Amino acid sequence: MRPHLLQWLSAAALTTLLAAPALSQQSENPADAEIHVLPVQGNVYMLVGPRGNAALQVGYDGILLVDTQTAELVPKIAERIDELAENPVRYIIINTHVHPDHSGGNQALSNMGRQETGVATEIVAHENVLVRMTAPPDESAPETQLSPEGWPTMAYFLPYRDIHFNGEPIEILHQPAAHTDGDSLVWFRRSDVVSTGDIYTPERYPVIDLDRGGRVQGVIDALNRIIRIAVPEDKQEGGTKVIPGHGRLSEEADVVEYRDMGTIIRDRVQALIDDGMSLEEVQAARPSLDYDTEYGADSGFWTTEMFVEAVYRSLSE
Amino acid sequence: MRSLSGAHGAVGLMAALLLPCITAVAQVDLTGNWVALYHEDAPERLPGPALGDYLELPINEAARMRADSYHPNRISAVQEYQCRPHGGDYSMRGLSVPMRVWGEYDPDTQQLVAIRTRMAWMEMERTIYMDGRPHPPAYERHTWQGFSTGVWEGNTLKTTTTHFKPSYLRRNGMPRSSKATLTEVWARHGNYLTVLTYIDDPAFLTEPLVRTSNWALEPNAQMRPNSCTPAPEVPVPEGTVPHVMPGETPFGREFSELFGVPYDATRGGADTLYPEYRMTMGEVPTAPRCSRYCICTGLGNCPE
Repeated sequence: MRPHLLQWLSAAALTTLLAAPALSQQSENPADAEIHVLPVQGNVYMLVGPRGNAALQVGYDGILLVDTQTAELVPKIAERIDELAENPVRYIIINTHVHPDHSGGNQALSNMGRQETGVATEIVAHENVLVRMTAPPDESAPETQLSPEGWPTMAYFLPYRDIHFNGEPIEILHQPAAHTDGDSLVWFRRSDVVSTGDIYTPERYPVIDLDRGGRVQGVIDALNRIIRIAVPEDKQEGGTKVIPGHGRLSEEADVVEYRDMGTIIRDRVQALIDDGMSLEEVQAARPSLDYDTEYGADSGFWTTEMFVEAVYRSLSE
Repeated sequence: MRSLSGAHGAVGLMAALLLPCITAVAQVDLTGNWVALYHEDAPERLPGPALGDYLELPINEAARMRADSYHPNRISAVQEYQCRPHGGDYSMRGLSVPMRVWGEYDPDTQQLVAIRTRMAWMEMERTIYMDGRPHPPAYERHTWQGFSTGVWEGNTLKTTTTHFKPSYLRRNGMPRSSKATLTEVWARHGNYLTVLTYIDDPAFLTEPLVRTSNWALEPNAQMRPNSCTPAPEVPVPEGTVPHVMPGETPFGREFSELFGVPYDATRGGADTLYPEYRMTMGEVPTAPRCSRYCICTGLGNCPE
């Protein structure tokens, strides 16, 4: 462990007040959980935490981290980075979206990067992420509020942004109105890896955050874009790797399965709306029944009922 | 017996210590080229199952609905479906001949590290680890053939496979999820091999799905490369996913009527698997004159 690690560990502890109930959970006790490192491909790793996944790219330019998970996990993320990187020159953070289970560690990791390298950490995200983080405090969504040190410093407003880091081109692709209105796909072109944020979560229905601009069609469009980017090596296997916001490391075939699910449920709900059904009637018709045993939940923060409601409201506008 | 004697205890301890070594040594030779015998379930396995044929599948309501929504155009319209191999649980069911089996040994200890298999069609390869390694964590990549480990139980090989990509229980849209676990028992008897498989799938099965496949040793069997390159077959908009709306399937009763099987039985479910189910069927419709796969397997040997 580097000498300065303890300094920012205390800073990270302070930011735990931002650890409001996460929108996505893989474990009930994240503070006790480990961050697992899964080598993916090229110089990209998947960091698997109790509240989701992050992507880590390591090389001679420094550290690039796609999503920072939650503030209380930052010390453990830092330990993993320490194990993989020696004397990084600088840090770049990319947020795939605004939710605190993906951006809650921004401040602590940004400070760590600055202290370690002497170079300010860039935090890249779509401008809608910045807009939501800097908005006046929203009592209905306090978890999206970060202190200014955690805000994006390099917000982009075009449909994409690209950078060259650690010897490879990296495309940051905005996916409008999908999981939220500020989603980005992060495509490591040389390593052949795509980090999707919560657009793709293979073990549950996609969370469609209507209040923050999410819509079902945007999720499907984004999944189709991932499929367009991904190229399997042989027999629909291997090749491009896909790091989901939550869940297992995937490939194109896994995303195809998930896209099919989203498309078919969208079509069914649309047909029921066209028949004049109310939300309650649509939910009673159980248009997602055949997918519920794979992706659904009767309890927790994102239930099957909530998913169907989000699809219904997306399509009813 | 109230307690083990000292001698018994020592024997037990030695047995426990030797167990890892014993499990890593082949008990019976499964290696060689095997050709599938299709006398069992030939119509399903060779020409392929009919749409709406869910016979003998202990499926739940979700599986039935998913299969009903399957549209056969999907394998043409969705380019990514074209070169999918079977899942590891189905590879022995399809047109897979021949199957090559070989062992991989540690060069220093000559302990069996893994048994490997390769099917000709779509070059489906599996590695069955015999060295006692654990299965990977859930967040690791899932594959078509899954992650397999094996142990010897007497002269049979018992395997456990997890980490599957989503695939099918039957090639007519009947789904099998990534949550499934496959257990196999490989038993060689002379120049024949029987592989019993049972699939547990909490997403789509209410009971394990049990099937057997039989193989004959064929030392002269040849295996060639089998490449597959996907290409657009029909001009459809990006993201097109052909499917059938609930309650609108045009194929639902075709299988029942063609073979004279009561419609309810064709819908599958655990209760239809057992002999007692016949007592609930009432009057069975008279089967029409056989018109498909009556005296043939569908592999080019059916009369015009």
